[in-house]
Amino acid sequence: MNEVIAKKKQIWALVIVGFFALISVSTYAYNEYYIYLSAYLWFGFIYGMCLQYGRFCFASAFRDLFAVGVPRMVVGIMISVVLFALVSAFVTATGISTFHSSPVGIHSVIAGFIFGVGMVFAGGCASGSLYKTGEGNGTALLVILSISVTQASFVDIGGWLNKLVPASWHESALAKGLPERINVGDGWIDQYLAGYVWDKPITSFAEMLGFTKETFAGAYIGNVLIGVVLPALVLLIVVFFIWGRKSQMRELAHKMGNISFRDNFSGFRNMIMSSKRTAIAGLVLGIACGLQMFVIEGLRIKFGIRNAGEILQRIGSDFGLSIRGTVFDPGYWYVTTQEAQWVGWGMQKLGWDNMDNIFFGYINGIPNPALNPADWMSLALIAGAAVMALMNNEFKFKKPTRELAVWAITGGALMGIGSRLGLGCNVGAFFVRVANGDPAGWLFGIGMIGGAFIGVKFFNWWTERQMAKELAILDI
Amino acid sequence: MAIKFEKKSDGVYTLDCLGYVCPHPQIYTKKILEKINSGEILEVIFDNPSSSESISAMCESSGNEIIEKNKENGKIIFRIKKA
Repeated sequence: MNEVIAKKKQIWALVIVGFFALISVSTYAYNEYYIYLSAYLWFGFIYGMCLQYGRFCFASAFRDLFAVGVPRMVVGIMISVVLFALVSAFVTATGISTFHSSPVGIHSVIAGFIFGVGMVFAGGCASGSLYKTGEGNGTALLVILSISVTQASFVDIGGWLNKLVPASWHESALAKGLPERINVGDGWIDQYLAGYVWDKPITSFAEMLGFTKETFAGAYIGNVLIGVVLPALVLLIVVFFIWGRKSQMRELAHKMGNISFRDNFSGFRNMIMSSKRTAIAGLVLGIACGLQMFVIEGLRIKFGIRNAGEILQRIGSDFGLSIRGTVFDPGYWYVTTQEAQWVGWGMQKLGWDNMDNIFFGYINGIPNPALNPADWMSLALIAGAAVMALMNNEFKFKKPTRELAVWAITGGALMGIGSRLGLGCNVGAFFVRVANGDPAGWLFGIGMIGGAFIGVKFFNWWTERQMAKELAILDI
Repeated sequence: MAIKFEKKSDGVYTLDCLGYVCPHPQIYTKKILEKINSGEILEVIFDNPSSSESISAMCESSGNEIIEKNKENGKIIFRIKKA
């Protein structure tokens, strides 16, 4: 019986792969520009397979560390970020990187903190929720909906929120000379972006150390060695001494005398190698992320474009382009912006004028989700995770309980707010930025770790409260 | 539906986390393992795949032994003996 069910699930996995292959082939046959969207699609598919295979979730990395003392996911993420950095440094040094650093400021820490609390409450980060949706998890789908709706609303809300905008932000935003249609003096996020964030410096570890960013020395010594490898190593050593060393100490309890440097080194190596599954996922993910930058930039050169907005115009779909003719087209892995876009598109169709803000109207647009490259990536990510889950007989439809729904909506809303304040989520604002030598990535990461710590404290209090009654009955 | 914790027999407890996502299964498992006595068994039933790795790693790090792992149709059952 079990074998029959497993077989059926494997057939479903093949059907999904076939469906996506059919989309790629048929759209390419219809118009060659669709290959640009298919490139996003297949990288998303790979990300989904990797995330599900390695249970790769940034929320679990720091939450499991603080809550249950398990460092395996922090290790996986650090392996992945270093590999991604090595590949993307090559892309940077050859001058075809699609990455742009983000303004550096305390806002990244605050945004990361809000996001970190949210991801613990929700039970998964932005990318983790996508892959868990692919496992049939209804709670994760609810998290995605909550992130999407919160972002799409947050970027366009003015009214009483305008009263919370400092006068200096308002004046600075007006002085930017943005098109009248954007109405930059109205809307909290607009004034936060144009009046505060855009005034912050943009840099990279390479530039901070005096290198020219687009050189091999700048990319590999400045960005990778100083900006990624050293901080990652320090983080892993701290994790080892606080959490990872415990099990090693127990194994060496029989040993007389002090634990030597060699013992510690061997324990550190064991911690790195302890979860083969996560390490493999991290490795493939890191390489795929770097390759995506290569492929997308290559396609841009082939088609002579700088942004997917031009592709959409050429295939006859100019609805929802920003005032500059652009749409969201990062050229690398990203999660939250496209989630805001599809809800933004829906809101627009329902009559909400949401193109008078910077996020949608000036930068990202709200293209038809069926033609949005980044949406193709996210949908394929869910499908890739579903395929991997089906192949391993781990796919199961699960409806959220009322309690989980509350956690999911609350956590998703906090992640949505954190994402827009930090200009990205655990992927766009942390993973991609860190790997590309952007100090703003580590700032978001520091906030995210702090937020996860507070989130776990709250969660511990909640579970103690939930358990107290049952434990009292059992007299434990 | 809520998380259920019951005494199955002398020294054997059951924690049913079916339907619950991260971090519920691993946090409840950790908390209950802290409460029960050494040598007692905790049977954890869950269907959230990623909790499987977390609970395994947690037991390895804390010295609690997973004496049995079963998986059928997306339902995972771990029998853990407290160290």
